[in-house]
Amino acid sequence: MSGESTYQPSNGFTQWLDDRLPIIRLSYDSFIAYPTPRNLNYWWTFGAILTFCLAIQIVTGIVLAMHYTPHVSMAFDSVEHIMRDVNYGWLIRYVHANGASMFFLACYIHMFRGVYYGSYKAPREVLWILGVLIYLLMMAAGFMGYVLPWGQMSFWGATVITNLFGAIPFIGDPLREFLWGGFAVDNPTLNRFFSLHYLIPFLIAGIVILHVWALHVTGQNNPDGIEVKSEQDTVRFTPYATIKDVFGLSIFLLLFAYFVFFNPNALGHADNYIEANALQTPPHIVPEWYLLPFYAILRAITFDIGPISSKLGGVIAMFAAIAVLFVLPWLDTSKVRSARFRPLYRQFFWIFVICCLGLGYLGGQPAEGKFVIAAQILTAYYFAHFLIILPVLGLVEKTKPLPESIAQAVLGSGGGSASASASPETRG
Amino acid sequence: MTTNMNETEAGPCIFTRACRVVPFIGVVAIIALGAMFLATHGAKAAGAGVELKERTWGFEAPFGTFDRSALRRGYKVYSEVCAACHSMDLMRFRNLVQEGGPEFTEDEAKVIAGEHMIEDGPDDFGDMFERARILADPFPAPFANDNAARASNGGALPPDLSIIVKARNGNENYIYSLLTGYEDAPADVEMPAGMSYNAYFPGHLIAMANPLSEEIVDYEDGTPMTVDQYAQDVTTFLTWASEPTREARHKLGFQVVIFLLVFAGLMYFTMRKVWADQH
Repeated sequence: MSGESTYQPSNGFTQWLDDRLPIIRLSYDSFIAYPTPRNLNYWWTFGAILTFCLAIQIVTGIVLAMHYTPHVSMAFDSVEHIMRDVNYGWLIRYVHANGASMFFLACYIHMFRGVYYGSYKAPREVLWILGVLIYLLMMAAGFMGYVLPWGQMSFWGATVITNLFGAIPFIGDPLREFLWGGFAVDNPTLNRFFSLHYLIPFLIAGIVILHVWALHVTGQNNPDGIEVKSEQDTVRFTPYATIKDVFGLSIFLLLFAYFVFFNPNALGHADNYIEANALQTPPHIVPEWYLLPFYAILRAITFDIGPISSKLGGVIAMFAAIAVLFVLPWLDTSKVRSARFRPLYRQFFWIFVICCLGLGYLGGQPAEGKFVIAAQILTAYYFAHFLIILPVLGLVEKTKPLPESIAQAVLGSGGGSASASASPETRG
Repeated sequence: MTTNMNETEAGPCIFTRACRVVPFIGVVAIIALGAMFLATHGAKAAGAGVELKERTWGFEAPFGTFDRSALRRGYKVYSEVCAACHSMDLMRFRNLVQEGGPEFTEDEAKVIAGEHMIEDGPDDFGDMFERARILADPFPAPFANDNAARASNGGALPPDLSIIVKARNGNENYIYSLLTGYEDAPADVEMPAGMSYNAYFPGHLIAMANPLSEEIVDYEDGTPMTVDQYAQDVTTFLTWASEPTREARHKLGFQVVIFLLVFAGLMYFTMRKVWADQH
């Protein structure tokens, strides 16, 4: 959408290179001259923050892998060796472990941002789907990474999650044995999880490139949810967006630093400092905080539905909770993107956020009594939000008038809402 | 186009502009604290559900350091009392010398290490032999293996204490509470043979007999030789052992946070300058 490239090779070498591999031109067009809507707020800095998180995880992860031993009898001690004997090993490991949490935190904010401002709507469906794919891979990487220290929660978490696959009819048992590489979670499981944990970040990096590519084809959405119409609506990526991203990142890093240096084990479990023991089940098996909402949905299905057992039902519900995100662009029928101009959707958005936080809370509670009932209600609401509320809302909601252009919304006195023109944006 | 805007409208004061960042920081902080709550609350549900004794420990964040004398006394309590049943496999005598720990001198630590023997070998003739421990050697373990440990302890396995403080919900407060939490069992609790009643142990029935009593360890520096003091000292020692680099972490963290605050401030004003021609 940026139109013709404005890159001018500055010397003989860059001219020579540009005729053969225009990589500097690509970078220039993507990260310097690229036009970004001028009304982007701080929620748009999380793309850069997430890129930073991925880079940090890969760099610290590669160093950790140099000192870690993926064997059931040595893994736990090798992690403690990193903490105690490797130079700055404690720093590298705490950055990596808390980095995963920070990565998910940024990812959730980034996703809710997209949901609030309708960033998934045409023509950005593929961009959104690529993002959900990255999220799915992140969950796999996070789960397998938590297994590697081979503590009690590593072992029992791996046991619970891999057992889910056993609920699949017909192929469940062989599939589970295939995942384990044996008849229980054991050394082969640890080895393959380590291998996959090392692989997945690079898959994520590949999809991130596609994600950014798709973004640069359609251009960014923005808080007003209207398309860029003229050059006046945009500012150059560098320096305007870059400096804002760096500022947002430095605030984010303050939070990151708090956890790494002053509360590094707050987001983990004490049980994971006890070496894995197949003969002793911890009293309370819980996954990492970022998986808790899905864990709550998994355990909310406590009843059989016809031929579907409660266990299989839970697995189906859990995967459906993620799968529904892929079709979100087609479930939301509203032509208006941003919640700024959708008074009803705005309220339902916040109810949905509370629903997700509630599921997260319930995922950390024992699956009994009132917690199960609450989880069932919230699970029902979670799906109702996507399958009933969103489609209906688009048809019945009376939206507010949209501003004529981004420039008018930002620079026009009195703000965009004063505008009398109300032709709703239909297509990007 | 934008110029007349700049001329006619005075920009909002810096305070107003700074306030626009507040919701951003606020939401990020709330979500992070929420996540922390989820993580810890879930874990708490697993605990015994008893309020632990809370002390203010000198080594707590953000600027905490360990009291060297307390660490040395704590090591004494460990080696004279706890070590009879509990191993600390991850600890080596050289750790006693390292910065941020009890900071024994190298000579002192060598003497401490030399008091314990270790089997080494095989020598040139293929025979195993006994020698005094050196700084590179681990703390001695009281039992040859887990089965031997169970056999001597009525079937219960005394856990390794290397990372015990990080491995229990409530951390140092739990260890301290446990060590000072031995009581007479309530009348309605039937005590199996070999078990003791502890107010803070999950389920209250613990196989470890009350390890501490008045004057069980000799303190030469005049520190009161009470159960509470022993418990504080050994908890301090075990907290340090669970993460010997804790002081380095606090120190580096302080520097990083100062740097980030200055950096974020610079970036903020740079951003204002860059965007000045766009509003």
